[in-house]
This record gives sequence, structure tokens and C-alpha cells, in this order.
Amino acid sequence: MAKVVSQDVKKYFGEIRALDGVSIEIEDGAFVVLLGPSGCGKTTFMRCISGLEELTDGKIYFDDKEVGRLQPKDRNVAMVFQSYAVWPHMKVRENIAYPLKLKRFSKEEIEQKVKWAADLLNISELLSRYPSQLSGGQRQRVAVARAIVHRPEVLLMDEPLSNLDALLRVKMRSELKKLHEQLKVTTIYVTHDQVEAMTMGDKIAVMNGGRIIQYGTPEEIYKKPATAFVAGFIGSPQMNFFKCDVVEENGQQYAKFEHIRFKIPSRINNRSVIVGIRPEDVSLELRKDRDSIGLEATVYFIERLMPETILHLDVGNAKSRITAKLPNDLVLPEGKKIEVFVSTESLHFFDAETEERIL
Amino acid sequence: MTQIHVKKQFIPWLLLAPSLIYLIVFMGLPIIGTAQLAFQSDEGWLGNFKMITSTKDFQNAVLNTLLLAAICIPIQLALSIFLAILVNKKFKGYQTLLYIIASPLALSDITAALISYSIFASNGYLNRILLSINWIERPIYFFGYMFKSREMLVIIITEIWRATPLVFVMILAGLQSINKEYLEAAEVFGFNSWQRLWKITLPLLKPAILSSLLIRTLFAFQLFGVVWLLAGRDITVLTGETYYWYVFMNNKNVASAYALIIAVLTFVVGWFYIRTIRSRYEEEGA
Amino acid sequence: MKIIYPLLFILIACFFLGPMFLAFVASITPASEFYDYSHIFPSRLTFEHINKLLFTLGGFRALIVSIEVALISIGISFALGIPAGYAIARYTFRGKDGVKLAMLFTRSLPLIVVAVSLVTVYMRLNLTDTALGVALAHAAMILPFVVIFTSSIFSSTFIEYEEAGMVFGLTRFGAFLRISLPLALPGLAASAIYGFIMSWNETFAASILSIQNRTLPAHILATAMASPDYFKYAMATVMAIPALIFIFIIRKYLISIWGISLK
Ligand SMILES: Nc1ncnc2c1ncn2[C@@H]1O[C@H](COP(=O)(O)OP(=O)(O)O)[C@@H](O)[C@H]1O
Ligand SMILES: [Mg+2]
Repeated sequence: MAKVVSQDVKKYFGEIRALDGVSIEIEDGAFVVLLGPSGCGKTTFMRCISGLEELTDGKIYFDDKEVGRLQPKDRNVAMVFQSYAVWPHMKVRENIAYPLKLKRFSKEEIEQKVKWAADLLNISELLSRYPSQLSGGQRQRVAVARAIVHRPEVLLMDEPLSNLDALLRVKMRSELKKLHEQLKVTTIYVTHDQVEAMTMGDKIAVMNGGRIIQYGTPEEIYKKPATAFVAGFIGSPQMNFFKCDVVEENGQQYAKFEHIRFKIPSRINNRSVIVGIRPEDVSLELRKDRDSIGLEATVYFIERLMPETILHLDVGNAKSRITAKLPNDLVLPEGKKIEVFVSTESLHFFDAETEERIL
Repeated sequence: MTQIHVKKQFIPWLLLAPSLIYLIVFMGLPIIGTAQLAFQSDEGWLGNFKMITSTKDFQNAVLNTLLLAAICIPIQLALSIFLAILVNKKFKGYQTLLYIIASPLALSDITAALISYSIFASNGYLNRILLSINWIERPIYFFGYMFKSREMLVIIITEIWRATPLVFVMILAGLQSINKEYLEAAEVFGFNSWQRLWKITLPLLKPAILSSLLIRTLFAFQLFGVVWLLAGRDITVLTGETYYWYVFMNNKNVASAYALIIAVLTFVVGWFYIRTIRSRYEEEGA
Repeated sequence: MKIIYPLLFILIACFFLGPMFLAFVASITPASEFYDYSHIFPSRLTFEHINKLLFTLGGFRALIVSIEVALISIGISFALGIPAGYAIARYTFRGKDGVKLAMLFTRSLPLIVVAVSLVTVYMRLNLTDTALGVALAHAAMILPFVVIFTSSIFSSTFIEYEEAGMVFGLTRFGAFLRISLPLALPGLAASAIYGFIMSWNETFAASILSIQNRTLPAHILATAMASPDYFKYAMATVMAIPALIFIFIIRKYLISIWGISLK
């Protein structure tokens, strides 16, 4: 178990900057999720931590030891691969025992630890089978057992659930989390699935374009997204964005989109901003106790998810499409004109150029 | 940092070096040697080529090589496409049929020639069968100086028998890499099986057909054992002349001149081959 | 409609296997019946010709030379080719595409174009008429194939297995040795066998590079047309049977062996 620190890690493949300066500090024993769209560098970062890729630049520490230049075998990490990479020419038992054998444990110890890991993951009956005789879910368990059996300092998992069917994925999500609570091994978990990230991570690192954009608890990431990208990436349906000019009337600043004016709660110096509204912050009732703004909208399309409802609405002259997520079931005819309300305090403001959070 | 970079570039080349050096020593340099020998003669540096090109044998060798290629390759191709599509139907026992068709791949050209001889010899099976059903009264002679066109026929049949499997396997590999759903989609949209063949299968098979055509053309210049054993120098080909000039006339310069001509032809066709492969790389990479 | 597949099957099988079978029968037909046209198949069978070919006419010695040459050339081409194939599969480096294409290209170069000039080199090195000399040339023929084929074996599925090995405590070389090599073994064995067949069947260079120590095909090329018919067929049988057995063993790989020339 170790604290993992990455300092300005860069990895270039020729012209491609897969990692463009990644800095992060992961607490000892934490379960950290790397979240980001496909191709943003998650796997590459994982491989840099494990030593499978040599760094172009930067440093990686486990506790106070610099490991960035060490061979994978000298780092005491373990990894669960996306394809599991359970060696097909070895039985399950040998697969799990092999890391121990390489670390020169005694025969008895190996036997005892293999039994422990197999029990933990409920695969004791599978030990004398070959991987080709296992289902995807079983293979995944073997991969996890192999990864934890030698008690690595850092456990890396690269989209370990992406090859499982939906039901099994939900089940494994909680099992992996429970496993981590038992073992307390520092875990870095890669996914592009935000539900997985939200439910599993003690902390989430959102990546894009080879950088970490935001690092924080799931709540922080959801409530205070650091950039418009994070705001748009987290949450479903996606956050609604309005590109607005900042105007001032009677000493109060507004973000103006066509004839809609969003009140800006405190003074800012930006000339134009992006206003973000989460679909779940749009409501049909005006709440008197809050400072709200009403939007005239036409119902374009309605998705009844039971019990929730997602409304696709046209607002403004240019018929900008927004979505609203309502907690109850609802029937509205398409084309109906309605008014929806958003409270001022639920608005997110981002700079129009840098897309960074202002308020 | 730079050190890592250097090391990274260094390792693969280190692993490749032995192979590359070996091929330079045993392929590259000897080709230069061949060229040196070919341009060495008492009548100036082109002497050997002047001598060769003025002989009937050379003209015949070129003509025969082209003729054999022009007749054999289209037949082999058509036959291979038919066989590959048949095998790819995956009927019961198709696996066995695949191996049966592929089995002549195991044979060398001289073995194929001898097998062919057992059928077409004057006392071979063909004559025996025809005699026993009283189609003919006397054996038909396929071999000998007087029967050049019959020799040609036997060589063509032998080549088709011997080399179709190679084209077949390449075409089948191409066929198996075609996504089945393309054909199923065509079926859903109402293509009949003939239209599916012409509009879907063959166009998608084009790269495989092209590569196998070029490979066959390359091999056409290497045609040796079959012709040499069945027809000797009744039917001259470029490789046969190389062999003849070296072994029987003891003239390594003329032999090298012939070898060089083969090398140049191989380079030209090989260049086209590499180009089609490269354009495939780019297509797939995109 | 259903009957058409069995019919085609039989027809095609007869076309491809029939001639081999007939030549084989001819090789065990008694000499006395060769010019007896009264029946097609012999009344009795004999291994006399094959025996004589092998043990009186020098066939056995040639066969030994053939095996020797094939084994040496496989040894050389594998020792050199496996690291190269591995490098192509595992590393990205500038010039990789060029190397691949060069390998494909040399694979299509016949030994005919180098054989004569090799003789002049061999004379200086005292390699003429030795198994080693022929094997060196054959290795040059097999090597590009080995490089291309092993690179396709190693690049296919084994990368993650090998990387898993490295993460769990193996060095890169250790992972290659313990993980990739065992997994690649069947494919490598198949390519070794195919290499054997390539060498076993090569006639031209073997004929040019040897005088006394001939390989089997070189021996046949030199003597076949002057031999009685039954020896010709005996030669065909002796050449064909080992190669057919080998091709049968590696039948599952034939498509990938020739399929890769497309990639
Ligand atoms: N070995 C490699 N060679 C060249 N480019 C690579 C290599 N590995 C990854 N990349 C590139 O680096 C970027 C990040 O890839 P990756 O880390 O796999 O993303 P993710 O796992 O987030 O989907 C991508 O643009 C990818 O194409
Ligand atoms: Mg990835």
C-alpha cells in the first residue's frame, strides 16, 4: 500500500501527445477512478504507472520512492487488464500462483495465499480449469484474484468490467468496491462509464486530451465541475449550455442569451460566459422561496422513462434545444407551449474562451 | 530522456540486424555478383546480352514464359475462385476438401512433373485407359521433340494442377476475411446469388485476387522443374536456360545474364506487388 | 440440389489426389508390367524400385543430405528470424514498414537469381558441394517467411499476456520466454515444418551448388530423365510422401501461412 504521486508525467508517441503533463496525488489506500472519453490517455497513464510504457518526461513516486524509471517487475504493482490477459496455457491455480512464484514465496505460502484469494473471489472450484473453460465473468474473477494475491502496493484496473454484460457489471461493481474495503490497497480504476465512476470512486480524476482536468470527490465533480467539459461529461442527460454576453443593468450583471437574462450572483470581469443548467435543475413549478428565472419553451419530444420524464424543449427564437429531467411521470402533447423555471443558484458559469468555471 | 529514446530505437534494430545482414550477404550481394558476372564478356559489357538476344532460344524462352503465364494464370484464378467459394460454403466435409485441394502445395515442381509423367507417358495411365476402352489403337505420344505443342499442353495441365492450390489458399484467406454481414445484407435487399457474387464478393475480393495474381506472375518466371523434366529444352524457359548454360555449357556469365533478366522481371512485378500491398495498408489504416 | 456437393467433392478430390495416387501405384508396379497394356492397374505390387532407388542408386544418401540441409537452414532462419519477427511485432520504430515490405519482397525473390553467383563465392570459402553451403542459401529463402510469419504470430493476441507477465514480475525477456514462446510454439512449429518443406522441395539452387553431395531433388533432376520409368515414379513417391505428411500436420495453418502475404 502506498501513496501514488505523479508529477507532470508526459508520454508522446511521435507526434501524438497521449499524456501532456499529468500531475496527481493519490492517497494511500484510496480508490481513485480515472474517467474520460475514449482516447484521452487513461490507458496510457495506467501503463506509465505500471512501467509498461517509459515516460517521455516527468516523475512517478510510490510513497517517497521514485519508480518512474523502474521495470514493471520492480514496482510491486498489479493490473487487471481489459481483456483480462489470463494466461491461456496455465490453469487457474497456476495463473494466480505465478506472481507469487516470481516473488519467491515458499510453496506453503503460495498454496495458502492462492486459497485465500480464490475464496475471496469465489473461484475455489475453478482452480484446476484452463481459462478456455471459463466464462467471461469467471475469467474476470481470476484476473482480479491474480492481481491481489501478492498484496501489491498499487492495484491498477483498466476498464475491467467493460467486457461483461450489464447485470454482471452492476454486481461486480459492488463486489470490487467491497473487496477494496477489505484490502485497502491503493487502487486506480479506469473507466469511461460515469455511473461506474460515481458509484465506485472515493475520488474521480476526469481526464481529457492527455491531462487531468479535475480531481475531486464524485460530489465535487458533479456540483462544481471545473470546466464546461467536465460539466458536460458528467451527468445524464448532458448539461444544457448557453453562450451568453455579459450585460449590466442597474448595477446588476446578467448573462444574456437572446431575450433570456440569467442573473449573475456576484461580480465578474468576463465579457462573455457559458451558462450551464443541469436538466435535473429545470422544473415546471416556480418556487417562490428562491430566486428563479422562467423560460418560455415548446415541447419538442418527450421521453417517459418511468417514473422519470425527460423533456426535449425548444427555447428562444433560434429554437435552441434543451433537456429537462423531471422526477415524476408526465404527459404533455408535443408542440405545447409551457414555461419552465430554473433557480439562479443552480446555474453554472464558465468563461466563454477558457471554458473554466467562474462561479 | 534522450538515452531512453536512443535505447528504444536501438533494440528493434538490434533484433532485426542479424536477419537483415544475412539477407544482404546471401541475397543482396549475390545479386550484385550476378550482375557483375552477367556484364562480363569478351565482347564488351553487353556482350552476353547481345549474344543471348540474338538466339532463337532466348526469344522462345521469353515467349514460352509469357504464353504459359497467359494461359495458366487466368485458368488457375477462375478455378481458385470457384473452389474457394465452394469450400467457403462450409458444407459437410468442407474442411477435408480444403486439405485435399491444398495437398499439391506439398509437392516440389520436379515431383509434380514426375507425377504428371506417370499419366501422360506413352505407357502412362491416360494411354492405358484409352487403349483399354478402345478409343485409340496405338499410344499417343505426348513427349519428344516432334510433339512440342502436346508437351506444352501437358505442362499447362501440370502447372494448373500444381499451382492452383496456392492461388486457392490465398483467395480463400481473402474470402474468409470478408465480413459475412455484407453478404447477408445483400441477401436481405434482394440480391440473387449471382448478383451477390458479382456485386459484393468479387469486388471485396479484389485485393486478394490482385495479390495472388502478382504472386503467380512472380512464380511464372521461376517455372523450372516441370518444364525441364517434361520437355527438357524442347520448350525453353528463362530458368531452364540459366540451368542449361551453367550446368551443360559451363558458362556462368551467360547463365548469370539469364538470371539477371529473371531478377529484373521479378523486381518489376514485385514492385507492383509491394505497391498494391502498401495501398492496402493505407486503406486499412484509414 | 443436395447431391451436387458430394459430386463436386468427389470430382475435385479425384482431380487433386488422383494423380498422386496413380504415380504412387506406378512406383510399386513391377517392372515387367510397365509395357503390358492389357490392364490398367498392376496384378501385384512391389517395393523393389523404391528400395533400389534408395539403397542402390544413392537415393538414401541424397535423402540424408536433404534432411541435413533442411534442418540447418531451419536452424539458421529461426535463430535469426524469430528475434526479427518479434521486433516487428512488438516495437514501433521508424522504418518498420520498409523492413516489412523488404521481407515480403525478398520472399518473392527466387534463389535462381543468386545461385550462380553464390558458387563463385563458395569456391573461395570451400563451401561448394557441402550441405552447409546449400543450407545457407536455403536459409536465405526461408528467413523472410519466418520473419513475416513469426511477426504475425507474436502480434496477434499475446501482447497483453506478455505485459501481464511483466507487471507480475517478469522481465521483458522473461515474459517472452515464459509467456509468449509457449503460446507461440504451435505456430512456430508449423512454420518450421513449412520451412522444412520449402527446403526439401528446392531444386534449382541445390542443383547448382552441389555436385556429389546432392539433395534429393537435385539428385532427381540430374538422374530422372535417364532412369527407367519405374525409378521416376519411385522418386516421386519418395519426394512426395514426407512432404504430404508434413503438410497434413500443419493443415490448420496453411491459410494463415499464405493468408499473411495479403497483409
Ligand atoms: N502505442 C501507441 N502508439 C501510438 N499512439 C498510441 C499508442 N498508445 C496509445 N496511443 C494514442 O494515445 C492516445 C491515448 O490512448 P489511450 O491511453 O489508449 O486512451 P484511452 O485508454 O483513454 O482510451 C490515443 O490518441 C491513442 O491513439
Ligand atoms: Mg483504454
